[in-house]
Amino acid sequence: MRLTQGAFSFLPDLNDAQIRAQVQYCLGKGWAVSIEYTDDPHPRNTYWEMYGMPMFDLKDAAGVLAEIDACRRTFPNHYVKVNAFDSTKGWESLRISFIVNRPKKEPGFGLARVEGEGRKVRYTTRAYAAERPEGERY
Amino acid sequence: MGKLESVKTPNESAARYQAGVLKYTQMGYWEPDYRPRDTDVLALFRITPQEGVDPEEAAAAVAGESSTATWTVVWTDRLTACERYRAKAYKVEPVPGTPGQFFAYIAYDLDLFEGGSIANLTASIIGNVFGFKPLKALRLEDMRFPVAYVKTFDGPPTGIVVERERLDKFGRPLLGATVKPKLGLSGKNYGRVVYEALKGGLDFTKDDENINSQPFMHWRDRFLNCMEAVNRAQAASGEVKGHYLNVTAATMEDMYERAEFAKELGSAIVMIDLVIGYTAIQSMSKWSRRNDMILHLHRAGHGTYTRQKSHGISFRVISKWMRLAGVDHIHAGTVVGKLEGDPNTVQGFYNVLREEHNPVDLQRGLFFEQDWGGLRKVMPVASGGIHAGQMHQLIHYLGEDVVLQFGGGTIGHPMGIAAGATANRVALEAMVLARNEGRDLWNEGPQILTEAARHCAPLKAALDTWGEVTFDYASTDTPDYVPTPTAS
Repeated sequence: MRLTQGAFSFLPDLNDAQIRAQVQYCLGKGWAVSIEYTDDPHPRNTYWEMYGMPMFDLKDAAGVLAEIDACRRTFPNHYVKVNAFDSTKGWESLRISFIVNRPKKEPGFGLARVEGEGRKVRYTTRAYAAERPEGERY
Repeated sequence: MGKLESVKTPNESAARYQAGVLKYTQMGYWEPDYRPRDTDVLALFRITPQEGVDPEEAAAAVAGESSTATWTVVWTDRLTACERYRAKAYKVEPVPGTPGQFFAYIAYDLDLFEGGSIANLTASIIGNVFGFKPLKALRLEDMRFPVAYVKTFDGPPTGIVVERERLDKFGRPLLGATVKPKLGLSGKNYGRVVYEALKGGLDFTKDDENINSQPFMHWRDRFLNCMEAVNRAQAASGEVKGHYLNVTAATMEDMYERAEFAKELGSAIVMIDLVIGYTAIQSMSKWSRRNDMILHLHRAGHGTYTRQKSHGISFRVISKWMRLAGVDHIHAGTVVGKLEGDPNTVQGFYNVLREEHNPVDLQRGLFFEQDWGGLRKVMPVASGGIHAGQMHQLIHYLGEDVVLQFGGGTIGHPMGIAAGATANRVALEAMVLARNEGRDLWNEGPQILTEAARHCAPLKAALDTWGEVTFDYASTDTPDYVPTPTAS
């Protein structure tokens, strides 16, 4: 399967020039760019690991690209995403988030069903990879 | 500050309250010198007086009939601070380019309204006055609510930002589809459409406005099958997915029962129709807030009173009422699709729903400044006759915080429902990527779609099937003001 979280997962993986253009767009808007990684891509895993702090004061896409590269070198077989945070009153959340690295093999998710009364079913989504301990998953 | 109540001599007062009939202008409902207070509720009506009725008298009559007046003088006015409670028509001006029609501005004291109640607000503002004989026609064009009044409402239970956080979807419009055919499918077949569309790449699927609990599909069956489909698609994609389960029903008790069942099954979102009424909408809003549920509103029925410019209510007013009443999604027009929608007028609705603060914007039909006082934002939904080939136009007109719903444009795809969904998602992502790269969507849009179709056969098929389909008819609900070129 292909995990389709993030803004551009239905497109072919972005190359460095494309990533740089998106980062430049975010910086132009005054948003703070940050990098996160995980090997637990459950759709409700809100807290991926932070690769450093959001780069509040960085104005140059090249610097962000260097950080993205460093993260991808350290975690070549993890999911890595780039976020941009907008602190404007009334928003104060992410404006964009997109994946820039993914494991070579994505085994996907299983769906567990617990059958209850009246044909009610409780569903649980589990990543096959997350059965193993953190760091040994992909 | 408003003008203070004028001091009258005892003789003047006695004359004013003698039994009989006075003109509304003479009863105190026309005050051209009045300066609206910051705490007043303001309304702008388009009035078409009968022959021989002058516009000031017609405006005063509207003010009177939507506040304290009756057709004759009553002495019991004198037991109250009646001058304060009278609504005041304070400005009348001809509608540009439309002889016989006038804009009447009316101010209402804040204490005329119960806080937090759309039912009470509308019982005054649109209660009796729309059938009033001295007017040929009447339309409520816009309203301004003071922050003090806005703050008596809870507003949207979730709002755009928190909805995005819950779904973990940022930086692009959301994608949806209404299951078709809208009536007749069994629960099992209905869920199939949901599964295919969500697995193919949509974020949401949707019940139509008239899917409740009919002989061909009872509501519990629909809910169970749809939630199986939602969860399967979630596991297949690793994304949060949803189906708007329509809980519209005959009574509040039925609606609560259906909403509770949706919650038990783990649904992220429920849906209601505008025809359930303002009080029922507010009840479901409070229920949604208590239960962490996104609340989708289908504007079923609005076209009966919003479309014609001479009589009824502008949808911008309905948008304002619904933001106060507290819904998270509302259908607000597509510009390019099959349903009514002038670009400027629709953008006016979107601004009302999505902005923190609306400045006066006559070109988009916004006659008043409106401060939303921190009330959450409503996600507009664009639905009705749109397809992947219009993606650049949709993003150009509607922006990013919108749900684009392609019903026929997903389910009618020649390669199947999942392929239709994929075509829409690829078109959307390619267009957002290109926009962020600084490309000119308006002019390069078709080329961007063609490029994206090179790595996506379903998109190519969609463009081949629908690429040329447009709905190019004149709009009926258009702005009365056009931008005036300024000397620079």
